[in-house]
Amino acid sequence: MTDIKADIDVLRGIDPNAPLLEVNDLHVEFRTRDGIARAVNGANFNLAPGETLAILGESGCGKSVTAQAIMGILDSPPGYITQGEVKYRGVDLLKLPEKQRRSVRANHIAMIFQDALSALNPVFTVGFQLSELFRVHRGMSRADAKKRSIELLDQVKIPAARTRVSDYPHQFSGGMRQRVMIAMALALDPDVLIADEPTTALDVTVQAQIMGLLAELQQQRNMGLILITHDMGVVADVADRISVMYAGKVVEEAGVYDIYSRPAHPYAKALLESIPRLDMKGQQLNVIRGLPPALTAVPKGCAFNPRCAFAQDVCRQDPPPPQYIVAPGRTARCHFWRDVVGDE
Amino acid sequence: MSDRTEVVLETKKLVKHFPITQGIVFKSKVGAVQAVDGVDIQLRRGETLGVVGESGCGKSTLAKLLVGLEKPTSGAINVRGEDMTKLKGTALRRARRNIQMVLQDPYTSLNPRMTVGDIIGEPFEIHPEVVPRKGRDKAVQDLLDTVGLNPDHVNRYPHQFSGGQRQRIGIARALALKPEIIVCDEPVSALDVSIQAQVINLLEALQDEFGLSYIFIAHDLSVVRHIADRVAVMYLGRVVETGNDQEIYENPTHPYTQALLSAVPVPDPTLRGHRDQIVLEGDVPSPANPPSGCRFRTRCWKAQSICAEQDPVLSIRERSPHASACHFAEPRDVVHAL
Ligand SMILES: Nc1ncnc2c1ncn2[C@@H]1O[C@H](COP(=O)(O)OP(=O)(O)OP(=O)(O)O)[C@@H](O)[C@H]1O
Ligand SMILES: Nc1ncnc2c1ncn2[C@@H]1O[C@H](COP(=O)(O)OP(=O)(O)OP(=O)(O)O)[C@@H](O)[C@H]1O
Ligand code: SF4
Ligand SMILES: [Mg+2]
Ligand SMILES: [Mg+2]
Repeated sequence: MTDIKADIDVLRGIDPNAPLLEVNDLHVEFRTRDGIARAVNGANFNLAPGETLAILGESGCGKSVTAQAIMGILDSPPGYITQGEVKYRGVDLLKLPEKQRRSVRANHIAMIFQDALSALNPVFTVGFQLSELFRVHRGMSRADAKKRSIELLDQVKIPAARTRVSDYPHQFSGGMRQRVMIAMALALDPDVLIADEPTTALDVTVQAQIMGLLAELQQQRNMGLILITHDMGVVADVADRISVMYAGKVVEEAGVYDIYSRPAHPYAKALLESIPRLDMKGQQLNVIRGLPPALTAVPKGCAFNPRCAFAQDVCRQDPPPPQYIVAPGRTARCHFWRDVVGDE
Repeated sequence: MSDRTEVVLETKKLVKHFPITQGIVFKSKVGAVQAVDGVDIQLRRGETLGVVGESGCGKSTLAKLLVGLEKPTSGAINVRGEDMTKLKGTALRRARRNIQMVLQDPYTSLNPRMTVGDIIGEPFEIHPEVVPRKGRDKAVQDLLDTVGLNPDHVNRYPHQFSGGQRQRIGIARALALKPEIIVCDEPVSALDVSIQAQVINLLEALQDEFGLSYIFIAHDLSVVRHIADRVAVMYLGRVVETGNDQEIYENPTHPYTQALLSAVPVPDPTLRGHRDQIVLEGDVPSPANPPSGCRFRTRCWKAQSICAEQDPVLSIRERSPHASACHFAEPRDVVHAL
């Protein structure tokens, strides 16, 4: 199978030695009646094989839209990618003709969602849905496809996979459905997996099972994993690197240990400080004053300036802070990142 | 919170079973969902009792029973010595006034066609004796001010407010009748962390100002740890362990509590791989057909035959200085394991 995949890849210009995934200066806007909502406003990051990159940020900051743009499943209209690159092994997916783009994505990049029930088709058995993938994309026979489906359900630890393969999605519990969706995502051996809040709707004990499973599969397959979440506990547990997003921009990108011990952007710092901690018992929690901006009216200069404890006049003026290099592999979009890193 | 403080609310063997019926015209009962099945809790004046447990364990049903939105199948709810389940008419209405509720979803729990002023003032229509008609506008504006909203915004509609602000509206409404007890069912679960902190601070400030007692239901164990004085852990309709926050978080003695705590990801990457993680096998059994004896036994690594035969009562045990419903209760420090 891998041979077919490799042959197709050569045709598409895919270079196995180029970086796995690079997102450069991505811009996505929604043209709505209320005006243009700049949902993603220059997002940058890259991902290496076997690495887990967490995208962290509050509701509405553009995490899911970024993922949708990478996957090519953006709701368009009203959504448009207006600028930027999404490079898989050196090939800019945004510049490929539609058909080739689809084939690269189907073979290499997969995604799982928060809500497994809506991602699975309720009228077909999970076995049928899995088999279809193998039949359509790998040209397998019905019998082979079914065999492969059972193997895969087994790999995601569905008990009694041989009989459960004939069940419908609603016959599985929430955690089991999430496993089925992971199986579907992994069917075609992707090397990039994007997981958009895969455990947000689940209980913590089930979350622990699913995150453990994802980590195991990622290691076996040396996949790059982009984990979208707003849970700072999950991030601390599994991520190698973090991109913190605010109002459509990556405001800080850093290794997980650096960011939790010494954040360089005031927003990242404030977010970490607002988690209830043991030593805060009986005290007021730290809050970030105010609200995130409406994306139709993002403040001039640094988008975070009205809520920021470090803001000076320069923060309220355009151009917005560039991606300052804090250390190799570490960036922050804050004019005063030095003060923030040094702040206790 | 000392044990001598007055108990303002207490449940005794509280039960709520939802019948499962078959047939359309002639319904016959074929079973029951045992949503709440013999719950004893105590709430003291000025205290916050946290209620935690996984989806479907009966937290919201318990909340609804306490505020009278559901009728118990059996058991008692004593509020200052009076059994609410036995009260009728005026006496019941007066007792109800004393327990109010704040709901999880700030997006759907407010009527979109009512102004904020009408929403917050609505309880006065139901209980007109609390504030005389001509004082109501002022009372509503005061309430807005109390929860940190602009009193000039009384004529706005819910959609003109953010999630955190809508939750403040819900809190103002719960405060309107000057209750002693507020039941908060996942009040911050739908909010982002930064906004969550604002609402938690508000709830704590109001508690100090008005001497309120809270039942605080949440699935975020770190939020509960921050706000609660005592915690009740629920599993499949029952309370399996109760104690003060230290007892529950530092010395949990019920295996379910231990598993639950160990599953919570800690926002500190340096603890990665050093934590004592108990990964539970399988799913929660159906509350329509719970296991015999200890309800946790099908997922418990300590289960013995006695667990299937005898229902462990919630009580202080040889190795558990606080109440725990496990035959083999013993402490295990899962949070600090390093
Ligand atoms: N189909 C759409 N039409 C118009 N606006 C949209 C659409 N999809 C997303 N948006 C807007 O784009 C912005 C970013 O949304 P996105 O879903 O990426 O947020 P998110 O960071 O994933 O938030 P959450 O944590 O709530 O999932 C939001 O303001 C949202 O309203
Ligand atoms: N009106 C009802 N009729 C039948 N069953 C019900 C009803 N309300 C709740 N249940 C069932 O009772 C059990 C307890 O539900 P409840 O909503 O109290 O759980 P919960 O602990 O609040 O869960 P969550 O964390 O998901 O909010 C569940 O199995 C639920 O399906
Ligand atoms: S650039 Fe200015 S406003 Fe923005 S985060 Fe840094 S200090 Fe705050
Ligand atoms: Mg999203
Ligand atoms: Mg509930």
